[in-house]
Amino acid sequence: MIGVALHFALGCVALALLFNGWRLLRGPSLGDRIMALDTMVINAIALIVLIGIAGGNDTYFEAALLLAMVGFVSTIAYCKFILRGDIVE
Amino acid sequence: MLADLLIAALLLLGGGFVLIGSWGLVRLRSTMERLHGPTKATTLGLGALLVASVVFFQAKLGTWTAHELLISLFLFITAPISANMIAKVHMHRLRTGAVSEPASIAGPPPRPANGSDWATFEAPHSGTPTSTANS
Repeated sequence: MIGVALHFALGCVALALLFNGWRLLRGPSLGDRIMALDTMVINAIALIVLIGIAGGNDTYFEAALLLAMVGFVSTIAYCKFILRGDIVE
Repeated sequence: MLADLLIAALLLLGGGFVLIGSWGLVRLRSTMERLHGPTKATTLGLGALLVASVVFFQAKLGTWTAHELLISLFLFITAPISANMIAKVHMHRLRTGAVSEPASIAGPPPRPANGSDWATFEAPHSGTPTSTANS
């Protein structure tokens, strides 16, 4: 039962990543592209968590935690750069 | 058995909400509306997946890990902040005319009260914690 649910969730996350990629390529404005990248990072975290469950290995969560932090900081840095023309003022 | 059921239900919920969030990113018309999908649905979906993994490692392998809760706490704090920054980027680019907003389902947002403009367009007031102008 868990195997079926796990495969369903993996398929959903993969499809969600494809949708994000479509919005990243298409996105009419820069805000859309930043948003798509941010969502891609969150979906990548979801993928890492699912792989950790599938492999029964809890070492992957260090990577997920690091990715969550790096993704947040990079989103804020990109927004800050667009808003102010500089990152650290 | 009960744990299996719980893990499977949480995995289905999480996968479904992650997919719905990204589908909202594709489907909705204007940038401000698209902001709703990833910030709410995807965050909830990832939270469900993380709870599923907590239950999985507790029930199947007998190891108690709290890293997942740490990740979901971190995400619940950071998702509104990044959404706020993206909305600010979009509003500033709209005001400078770099982008044009397509007609949205909800219509344009209501103006702020008493004839003032959005706070992000104003210069920082001196003496407030957000002011970095004179420091």
